[in-house]
Amino acid sequence: MTQHPPVRTYLLVAAVLAVITAVEVSLFYVTVMARFLAPLLIVLSAAKFSLVVMFFMHLRSDHRAFTGLFVGPLAIAIAIILALMALFGAFVVARP
Amino acid sequence: MTTPHEAVIGSTGLDHRKMGVWAFLGSECMFFGSLIATYLVYKGRSPSGPTPHEILNIPLTSISTFVLLMSSLLMVLALAAVQRGDALGARLWLFGTPFFGMIFLGFQVYEFATFVREGLTLQVNLFGASFFVLTGFHGAHVSVGVVWLLTLWTLALRNRLTRADALIVEIAGLYWHFVDIVWIVIFTLVYLIQ
Amino acid sequence: MTRGVWGWITTVDHKRIGILYGVTAFVFLLVGGFEAALIRLQLARPDGAVVSAGTYNELFTMHGTTMVFLAVMPLNAAFFNYIVPLMLGARDVAFPRLNALSYWIFLFGSLFLNASFFVNAAPNAGWFGYANLTAKQFSPGANIDFWVISLQLLGVSSLIAGFNFIVTILNMRAPGMTFMRMPVFVWMTLVTQFLIVLAFPVITVGLILLLFDRFFGTNFYNPGAGGNPLLWQHLFWLFGHPEVYILILPAMGIVSEVLPTFARKPLFGYPVVVYSGMLIGLFGFGVWSHHMFTVGLGAVVDSAFAVGTMLIGIPTGVKIFNWIATLWGGRIRLTTALWFALGFIAMFLMGGLSGIMHAAPPVDMQQQDSYFVVAHLHYVLVGGSLFGIFAGLYYWWPKMTGRMLSERAGRWNFWLMFVGFNVTFFPMHFLGLLGMPRRIYTYAGGLGWDLWNLVSTVGVFILALGILVFIGNAVASLRSAAPAPADPWDGRTLEWAVSSPPPEYNFRNIPTVHHRDELWALKAGRAPVEAAPPPPREIHLPPPSFYPIVVAAGVVLAATGALTHLALVVAGALVVVFGAYRWAFEYRSSLGGGLRPPSDASPRGLRGQSPRSSGPR
Repeated sequence: MTQHPPVRTYLLVAAVLAVITAVEVSLFYVTVMARFLAPLLIVLSAAKFSLVVMFFMHLRSDHRAFTGLFVGPLAIAIAIILALMALFGAFVVARP
Repeated sequence: MTTPHEAVIGSTGLDHRKMGVWAFLGSECMFFGSLIATYLVYKGRSPSGPTPHEILNIPLTSISTFVLLMSSLLMVLALAAVQRGDALGARLWLFGTPFFGMIFLGFQVYEFATFVREGLTLQVNLFGASFFVLTGFHGAHVSVGVVWLLTLWTLALRNRLTRADALIVEIAGLYWHFVDIVWIVIFTLVYLIQ
Repeated sequence: MTRGVWGWITTVDHKRIGILYGVTAFVFLLVGGFEAALIRLQLARPDGAVVSAGTYNELFTMHGTTMVFLAVMPLNAAFFNYIVPLMLGARDVAFPRLNALSYWIFLFGSLFLNASFFVNAAPNAGWFGYANLTAKQFSPGANIDFWVISLQLLGVSSLIAGFNFIVTILNMRAPGMTFMRMPVFVWMTLVTQFLIVLAFPVITVGLILLLFDRFFGTNFYNPGAGGNPLLWQHLFWLFGHPEVYILILPAMGIVSEVLPTFARKPLFGYPVVVYSGMLIGLFGFGVWSHHMFTVGLGAVVDSAFAVGTMLIGIPTGVKIFNWIATLWGGRIRLTTALWFALGFIAMFLMGGLSGIMHAAPPVDMQQQDSYFVVAHLHYVLVGGSLFGIFAGLYYWWPKMTGRMLSERAGRWNFWLMFVGFNVTFFPMHFLGLLGMPRRIYTYAGGLGWDLWNLVSTVGVFILALGILVFIGNAVASLRSAAPAPADPWDGRTLEWAVSSPPPEYNFRNIPTVHHRDELWALKAGRAPVEAAPPPPREIHLPPPSFYPIVVAAGVVLAATGALTHLALVVAGALVVVFGAYRWAFEYRSSLGGGLRPPSDASPRGLRGQSPRSSGPR
């Protein structure tokens, strides 16, 4: 059995998650950032995603096989989402 | 779920059940990936309203998102308690986690009911259909997790959850955290990026 | 081992479950074949009137669905179940009860699908169920509902089996069996399971959307409300193309076991064959739109998917050269299993070549929806998958039944199937190029299609005769054939180290593996022969369980409710919850938290034959 991070780490990670969420929600209301809002929000949520997976699900310290079983399919899923969005013209900038 | 311990450690030195759950979560990535792709592909394609902009309630959902996020904290605290044989902590956190899950579900029920009252239904447009199907299936996953964790809680209450059983708590936790990270993605892609 | 019918119902033994899969799937192979024969009879002459247009639609839909999901996939599953744990040197799969659950859901799902015939509502929109053919507006009956729900059931069954075998293969290899010492069949099984657990969720979502369209009035595939029928096509082929590899990779694995054994030399370029299989699996997720060239996705998209598709030809071609090189210079024993393997290489090669032809969009646009594509896919799935499965049947039959099959009848079996197959499907290339479209229930005379259609129909009966010879061979073998020795073919892999059929516990002592062709190495004295540890006093085997069939029954009850009454859905869900809880606490309640060997693992399990030829002792 791998050594799991102590409770202190859990609390710290949870605090960071809470702060990022607060930042995300406030960004939503800040209109000046509108142009960069989407990429910024995606980066922030990816950070939250990674924190939970690495610390709460222990992938950072656990066996590499688990990382492979999860990250491989995750990559394929992301690729498929992007491919389908491209195929349906989600990335085509509409011209007036 | 429980078989004699010696029978489930395999040639990689890892537990069958934990490996099985990780394979399952990989598969779930494809499931939610396809649902999210459906939502995104149909984004802005509804011929008529209500639109996300008109109807999504960001303050409310921010609270429920926070609750679900914190339930993940309670989950790891529950695991840590079981791992060090802290029966009281196990009982406390193993109830707290699904309790927070139920609060999240309560918010979702309220949200769905409000939307329907305001005219967003499965049938009214593509946004309604893809929104309810995506978040509905997420909610169904939360519900399964709640039942799972409450089952573990009753075991803990009856002193039948010992340190040797930490793995079954860890497995339930993996599922629970996965449901949480799916929501992290949904909250951003559906609610915040409109 | 519990005996009688109850023993089979509660079994969690991978060998018994393998046999259940095999027998059930073979029955459905006959059902699907019967549907095909009706189709061919209808098309034998112009203006055929054997069946009506509506029945014809049901026949080709059910033929495709049956052959893919109820015949070829579960026939492969029969080998996964029976052979993979033996090849790994394991006593069972990782989750024996989940394995039983997979089978029961598969069985009930199959019966559910075919029950549609009895209420006169068989699915009729093709095995790919294109939107809007499946919309409530155009198909108001229960036909499509049967199809959607049974496909969901079969998907759940495949997914559960997928997780089970991934863990089994990664985690239950005998000591010393590194990944690069795993038999190729185990490798191809592993790749197949990954394809299953990654591809089936996509079709699950596609079917959920369809289900919501039909049951709850959503408009996912309804262009009238902004929906897009192409979304279905994308989701379906995102699943459907990996599915093609789910059907063919196990056959490639079987052939990679049969060829070295009967060429009496190791597989040529083992690592390359393994990596090619992985590449085929990975690329399989990036080529789905080549099924959609005529949709009009644009030149860039078409080109990208064409290039991807042609790239898959490389690892596939590499494998074919490896197989040929394995035969080259070998001391060949022309058994029936090898004949089928050779037939596989030749026929799969032809299917592959016609596949490369319509990998090019301009060519595909000519061939789309014509009989040329029907010829192509049957060369891959019958000449490929099914011939591979028959190679496996002849190869492993002695191991699975403890009886030899007649080689003489086997030769008849092979040549009748080989000739019948080519007479049936080769003319379809011509028919396609002559412009005959797929899925038409009849055609006028004088279009130049009459002769080849007749020839093709004649071929079906030769093919059917071949299958009949197999059935006769199998029955005769089970009744009166000589008992099979442990190692009738001078095998290379661990399953031949135990008796035929293997004892319930497979291996008295779990073997230690030193070599890729472990058994050959042992027999040739190239592997260290270790002093055997004393046989264990008792062997822990998972006890039989009633709950897999209970949960499966609950699932199918709920599915039936979806077509009839909500109360049944609730009842089914309650049965599932009840079964799942009893399942989860099955051992716990009797164990009281402690550890105890399963009640079944009494020393009587140790009776049984010692490894005949060359077990590791």
